[in-house]
Amino acid sequence: MDPIPAASAIADAALPAHAAAPMPQRRLWRRMLGNPGLVVAALVLGLIAIMAVAAPLVAPHDPYEQSLDTRMTPPAFVDAERSDPAHLLGTDNLGRDYLSRLIYGARISLLIGFFTMLVSGVIGTVLGIAAGYFGGRTDMVVSFLVTTRLSLPVVMVALAVVAVLGGSLQVVVLVLGLLLWDRFAVVMRSATMQVRGREYITAARAIGCSVPRILWGEVLPNVLSGLVVIASYEMAQAILLEAALSFLGLGVQPPLPSWGLMVSEAKEFMLFEPWMIMLPGAAICLLVLAINLLGDGIRDITAPEGRS
Amino acid sequence: MLRFAARRLLLALAVALAVSAIAFLLLRVSGDLATTLAGEEAAPAEIERIRSLYGLDRPLVVQYGEWLLRSLSGDLGRSLFYPESVANLILDRLPNTAILAGLGLVIALLLSLPLGVVAAMWRNTWIDRTALGIAVLGQAMPSFWFALLLIFFFGLTLGWLPVSGTESLANFVMPAVALGWFSTPVLMRLTRAGMVEVLGADYIRTAHAKGLPVHVVLVKHALRNAVAPVVALASVQFGNMLSGSVVIETVFALQGIGYLAWEAISRKDFPVVQGILLVVALFYVLLTLVSDLLNAWLDPRIREG
Repeated sequence: MDPIPAASAIADAALPAHAAAPMPQRRLWRRMLGNPGLVVAALVLGLIAIMAVAAPLVAPHDPYEQSLDTRMTPPAFVDAERSDPAHLLGTDNLGRDYLSRLIYGARISLLIGFFTMLVSGVIGTVLGIAAGYFGGRTDMVVSFLVTTRLSLPVVMVALAVVAVLGGSLQVVVLVLGLLLWDRFAVVMRSATMQVRGREYITAARAIGCSVPRILWGEVLPNVLSGLVVIASYEMAQAILLEAALSFLGLGVQPPLPSWGLMVSEAKEFMLFEPWMIMLPGAAICLLVLAINLLGDGIRDITAPEGRS
Repeated sequence: MLRFAARRLLLALAVALAVSAIAFLLLRVSGDLATTLAGEEAAPAEIERIRSLYGLDRPLVVQYGEWLLRSLSGDLGRSLFYPESVANLILDRLPNTAILAGLGLVIALLLSLPLGVVAAMWRNTWIDRTALGIAVLGQAMPSFWFALLLIFFFGLTLGWLPVSGTESLANFVMPAVALGWFSTPVLMRLTRAGMVEVLGADYIRTAHAKGLPVHVVLVKHALRNAVAPVVALASVQFGNMLSGSVVIETVFALQGIGYLAWEAISRKDFPVVQGILLVVALFYVLLTLVSDLLNAWLDPRIREG
């Protein structure tokens, strides 16, 4: 009996959990390059990551430098006459260079996305593998934890915790990490249950391997492809949530150039300067799209049914 | 079935208890309640008096038990900001959120069911890929940004719909679309997956062979069987909408419990936050319980397998 059908429905909707056997390296590469979505997504993500890492070198201006006489100059493609060639994507309401802020903003999104994914991934994977491997009482406890977590409204709890502890990058990562592990747990649980009965696990047990060794050496490598896929979805989810929290004023605090915060700062000028909300929003969209497509691509090339 | 129901009910009860403990602790860690109630300038003796008056000096477990009993009888405490009880505040705003989430769910189903069916019927063609593209793009958009885009185009530029407020049904259209949009991708994928599986089944071939019209086969034979997991997920999505409404209601200044939650959190009005958290979480527990029982009743494999 699946103790939490509703929860696993969510996981099933995202991806069918599967435990694929490893495939030869060369074929893996060929399959990757044969998947245009995956290639484009990897390129876009790589480009954003390089920009974020090399932000001080790439950004044309200081993202915090205000200039009161060049406030809200639009980019050239919006209004060539009012634009300023020194500011390729215009300036915000305090005269700060928009392109530089967008480039530095990528750092915040990627950092929060990555570390949130790490925190929630560790929690969820440990719980999921334990539930799937040991079953019985352990499984029941994990189901209880997952169901409890699912009944807490994420945005509301995150906002409340940030309001109490203050909005720093660490607090946002911690609170999102503690809230977003449920899907890891659900999918890792069913993936582990699938491999638990395989011969190599029985063999490892027969030659007297310790339980931690079996979990680390036999189970984990065989559920890894599913893990990578969820990790990408959860990273995208964390980036979207950070943007929403910052947009609502209870996430990353000004003057940090979080993309969500930039949309929030621009919304009062939306009527006359709509590009100011379009650009940071499109940036979030592009990054999340790239990460999701990467996840989809990895799922497609590792799916056993598509391998023939 | 009875055994499944009993176990599922037990789980729901345990979860409800855990959730209530979390809501209770949230108020406790948010600051010293006695100081808040007494006011910033109160003398230490006055704070102590209030502490013992409200029983805040007793063990936490006793306080939790009492709070739980009072909450169960409908007394959720008083707002620190409004001259009203938390229960009244929530009851005032709940209908607006219910309308919003209900409309959102209808919109999500109206979008996702046809798209999912069409994508499954013309699997791996441009139609399928377009539907998938919509889903992928939908999942990548931040909800607040999508809401602002709606406001910009339909509110400010075209002037068709009011951009904020709660006065008329027109105020609910954009928020409901924004809310429904985000449940569409996952519901659509599930509909498509269900339909693809069902369309390959023998009884569909039989139905076609009997000479039944295509729409009868699709709706009566295929969709009905494909839709069970969608129903389960739709109810979960309805719960998600209640919590997702924080963002959407705030953008549109729609007076529901999501907006109330955001206001209360910004003002550190934690009794209200606690009350909303409790109500939303318990509602979700109830919703998933009903949906799981419904599913087990519809599909015996769930309760046996």
